[in-house]
Amino acid sequence: MYAFANPMKFAALARRIAPWGYGLAALLLVSGLYFGLVKSPADYQQGDTVRIMYVHVPAAWLALMCYSSMAIASIAGFVFKHPLADMAAKATAPIGAVFTALALVTGSLWGKPMWGTWWAWDARMTSVLVLLFMYLGYMSIWRAIPDQARAAKLAAIMAIVGFVNIPIIKFSVDWWNSLHQPASILRADGPSIDPSMLLPLGLMGLGYTVLYVALLLTCLRTEILERQYNRLGASKASNAGSSLVERGA
Amino acid sequence: MTKKQKRSVFMASLFGLTVVAIGLVLTALNQSISYFYTPSELNKLTQSPDNIIRLGGLVVTGSVTKASARDATIRFAIADKLAETRIEFEGILPDLFREGQGVIVQGRLSDNGIVIATEVLAKHDETYMPREVADALKKQGRWQEGSEPE
Repeated sequence: MYAFANPMKFAALARRIAPWGYGLAALLLVSGLYFGLVKSPADYQQGDTVRIMYVHVPAAWLALMCYSSMAIASIAGFVFKHPLADMAAKATAPIGAVFTALALVTGSLWGKPMWGTWWAWDARMTSVLVLLFMYLGYMSIWRAIPDQARAAKLAAIMAIVGFVNIPIIKFSVDWWNSLHQPASILRADGPSIDPSMLLPLGLMGLGYTVLYVALLLTCLRTEILERQYNRLGASKASNAGSSLVERGA
Repeated sequence: MTKKQKRSVFMASLFGLTVVAIGLVLTALNQSISYFYTPSELNKLTQSPDNIIRLGGLVVTGSVTKASARDATIRFAIADKLAETRIEFEGILPDLFREGQGVIVQGRLSDNGIVIATEVLAKHDETYMPREVADALKKQGRWQEGSEPE
């Protein structure tokens, strides 16, 4: 875990790995879309509208996965003071927010033709909207507090406390009557999706995940370099200041 | 206690407190978080609701009377395993609406126990399969439509 705790070493590694990540993600997403939009059959009930699933469901998975990684990274940062953990949590937030927004928008586009409404205040949709607001709130803590060490602490507390929402989102469809249907993949008696539809869904899920990792590497590298730049800039400025003082004296 | 232990205890207790607090709130709000009543839940209410309600259930087979030139009202009944409620609706039904399908209606309960709906939403279940597979299952008699809601 501490092997790449040296930020500059990690940044160099991230630079080498990230392009491969983008390549692999593109490969997975293109083949996933091909199987999803062209090769897979229409649903017996929903017809071609079911194809929205291949974009919507993985986005919702990643929305939950990103938040969970953010919470884990926050624990590593807050409790164990791992130097990269806070940065990883910070870099994950905007990516997770985008996946959450994508899940909400595609869900809305799917809801109109199938359910007959763009939006309903049922437990699943409301809790996912809350998740989006939590991502935005988390990001604004980082922006609102200039002292990065203090911002990291407060943001970590928020991320970990907010993790309560993740099981609520997952089980909202089982605990309460809701418009949204229950889970199709992670369920006790096995997936209730035909294998021909499971393949593109799996490819897309894998593609989204690899894309997240690649984006995270790029964002982390940027964050590391930015901090390094600020530190160098600050020391230069203070050097300049002290030399001025010396000259004045 | 080391600093690291203190920090973990702080985080764990903060998280524990939040779980308890949120758990209590959600339990207290249980009824209002549910998106709809089912017909048997509606029957159990001691005071009949005079505000707008949502009711969910399966469309009873053979209960649907389509709109005609003289009467624009669509009449059908929805049921759970225990009870049945009659619905009247004027408007456009979602594509998935059909007998045996899970639907959610929103409207007011009239004095004679009929719900005058202003909106009908279709639910679909969590099974996805191609039409051929669905037909094959029906042929083999292994078809279970509408296992929800209870």
